[in-house]
Amino acid sequence: MKIATGNDLATGDVVWWDGEGWTRHVEDATEVSDHGAGLIAREEAARRVNGPYIIDAEATPHGPRPAHIKDRIRARGPTVRPDLNRAPIDPATGSWVI
Amino acid sequence: MYKYDTYDQSIVDARVEEFRDQVARRMSGELSEDQFKPLRLMNGLYLQLHAYMLRVAIPYGTLDGRQMRMLAHIARKYDKGYGHFTTRQNIQYNWIELKDAGDILADLATVEMHAIQTSGNCIRNTTSDQYAGAAADEVADPRPWAELLRQWSTFHPEFSYLPRKFKVAIIASDDDRAAMRLHDIGLQLTKNEAGETGFKVFVGGGMGRTPMVAPLIREFLPAADYLSYLEACLRVYNRYGRRDNIYKARIKILVHEIGADEYRRQVEKEFLHVKTLGIDPPAEEFERINAFFQPPAWEEGLSDELALSDPDFKLWVDQNVFAHKQPGYAIATISLKPIGGIPGDASAEQIDLMADLAETYSFDELRVTHAQNIVLPHVRKADLHTIWQKLDAAGLAAANLDLISDIIACPGLDYCSLANARSIPVAQKISARFADREADLGELKLKISGCINACGHHHAGHIGILGVDRKGTENYQLLLGGSGAEDASLGRITGPGFDEDGIVDAIERTLDRYVATREPGERFLDTYRRVGFETFKEAIYG
Amino acid sequence: MVEGLRYRDDAAHEEPAVTLDAFLDQSNATAVRLESDEDARKLLPFLDRLALIEVAFPAFRDGRGYSAARILREAGYEGELRAAGDVLVDQIHYMRRCGFDAFAPDKPLDPKAVERALNRYSNVYQKAADGGAPAWKLRHG
Repeated sequence: MKIATGNDLATGDVVWWDGEGWTRHVEDATEVSDHGAGLIAREEAARRVNGPYIIDAEATPHGPRPAHIKDRIRARGPTVRPDLNRAPIDPATGSWVI
Repeated sequence: MYKYDTYDQSIVDARVEEFRDQVARRMSGELSEDQFKPLRLMNGLYLQLHAYMLRVAIPYGTLDGRQMRMLAHIARKYDKGYGHFTTRQNIQYNWIELKDAGDILADLATVEMHAIQTSGNCIRNTTSDQYAGAAADEVADPRPWAELLRQWSTFHPEFSYLPRKFKVAIIASDDDRAAMRLHDIGLQLTKNEAGETGFKVFVGGGMGRTPMVAPLIREFLPAADYLSYLEACLRVYNRYGRRDNIYKARIKILVHEIGADEYRRQVEKEFLHVKTLGIDPPAEEFERINAFFQPPAWEEGLSDELALSDPDFKLWVDQNVFAHKQPGYAIATISLKPIGGIPGDASAEQIDLMADLAETYSFDELRVTHAQNIVLPHVRKADLHTIWQKLDAAGLAAANLDLISDIIACPGLDYCSLANARSIPVAQKISARFADREADLGELKLKISGCINACGHHHAGHIGILGVDRKGTENYQLLLGGSGAEDASLGRITGPGFDEDGIVDAIERTLDRYVATREPGERFLDTYRRVGFETFKEAIYG
Repeated sequence: MVEGLRYRDDAAHEEPAVTLDAFLDQSNATAVRLESDEDARKLLPFLDRLALIEVAFPAFRDGRGYSAARILREAGYEGELRAAGDVLVDQIHYMRRCGFDAFAPDKPLDPKAVERALNRYSNVYQKAADGGAPAWKLRHG
């Protein structure tokens, strides 16, 4: 699947398109398929997101899992600071990232 | 150390207001990200993997307790309670919000700190020897010259849109403790036969995609011509550095492509012209700045004796303490490389403790090293044991300066949007694997970069590791034989890369071959240079 | 918003700026445009008959024009020195200090923002082409 991600302009938080707005929870990211380019351009112009881009992700029972490790690290936090990671749905969050 | 006067303070304060204005214009949409990005970079603000990252300048790696406490305050108030000390003697915060950036800069300005030109295509923080003012082998303290350079380069109207970033290092001894030869401009303070002060000027060093050791451009530059000559060096670069390809835009490429002789010829010609403009400050300005760098009020007649009956204390003294020029004193390095820890990171509590120690025991002065450690430069030997106990209680007493666990590592893919691979987990594994052999292995400078931008200085590692992206997975190349010291050399790639566990095993094979082959007194680097690359390649790949 | 800014007392020069090649060919042109990759020093023999030199900034990241401007002022050029192209309010202060006294930005500038930018820094560290006294001069006279 294709999902959209970027950063919040004011805070820099990693965000994902959830169909209506930009969420900090990757598990709520929705398929953007072929309308992604127009969507992110519109959202960026309105400053509801900064630096957005489209990525591949695998659909899983717990929500999308980004295809590239970089975006999984963005979703969860630095692998070397588990204390700073977002609360994982999957207890094996280590293997979700790596 | 240098203290601002009203002119210095007004410049930093104006910058805070200017940046607030620029942030407001970005938030309102008046500035696009494309227009804002170079402006925020010139103020050290990146957009990284998790948030904005702010790089605060620590000019020539020198700061006092008050400033150190402010760094802890910023970590607590605006970040997640820690900071990362960098290979350019700066500090980085990883979890900054754009809307707080103006307030952070305002807080920094109250203690004479800023984030000016810590990124962008401009002249960056000038780095120096972390033992400046304390080591016996220096000609004179290089830092007044670094301060002159800081002022000259700050908001320089002609050199703020260079082809690429520009990094200067300045040392004052034959021992190069600042990797000076691997900078865009490297300066070595020296005296000529008549005893006059001047500089050896090296131009065109650097790491990244095409690492180079800087060639000597001027054998002796008189002190009086210091800034005029630098102006000429920069003007030639600004005019003729490549702007067609960002990977070919550093001055090292220009010097390499036209040749050092031609670059020198152009600089000397421009210098003769620039010298007529009267841009060099008068000698009184140097004297004014130099007055801030006089030796602290050391006690006289202190004993050089040191009770080393505690074996753990002895290990720390043997490894982390360097000789001071004043009898009875020592230079102590605080390791930010706990075994298995994150290289260069310090919590706000640890930063506060280091501020305390500096104020109580080191004439209120600290240094940041390009190896991401902290130095207390002026410590009485009699106080070393107390200091060590306090460091030990805070996890800051690893006795590993220049040993294999004293790893230089960039933040890597855990933090950095430019990275191809994670560097910190590799550092942690190496540190944990070899910690109990490290005293026997001796001096071994291991450096890890998570991408070719080489912020971890991997080309200059006795052992270097470069993280790459190999078909979507992290892969690590092994390099051997680099050095950032006065015997500067660039590491050589051994062969095909490894995965995360594979690179640690490959290093183990390398080290085993070193131990089997070394002669008495040889460091790994010495053995490598003596027996050659092929021996080690065979050990690694069979 | 204004389309151009000028900090000179004399009348604006009417004649259009010719290219550097055309200027070096012609004997009577009084206005020339320098592209970002052209050498300002080629104009040095002709400065006393030039009333306008326009320096191109094709992208604001291309900083060669700052050196061109200073070189021309250092050689004694006193005519109009205009920065043209991708000029944002955030570069105006540096450009003035390098000797530019006129601006032809691609996108109009807010004159109030320009005033703020020009007045923001009451102190500078370096001697440049604008004659402003650097901090070291104020410190020691």
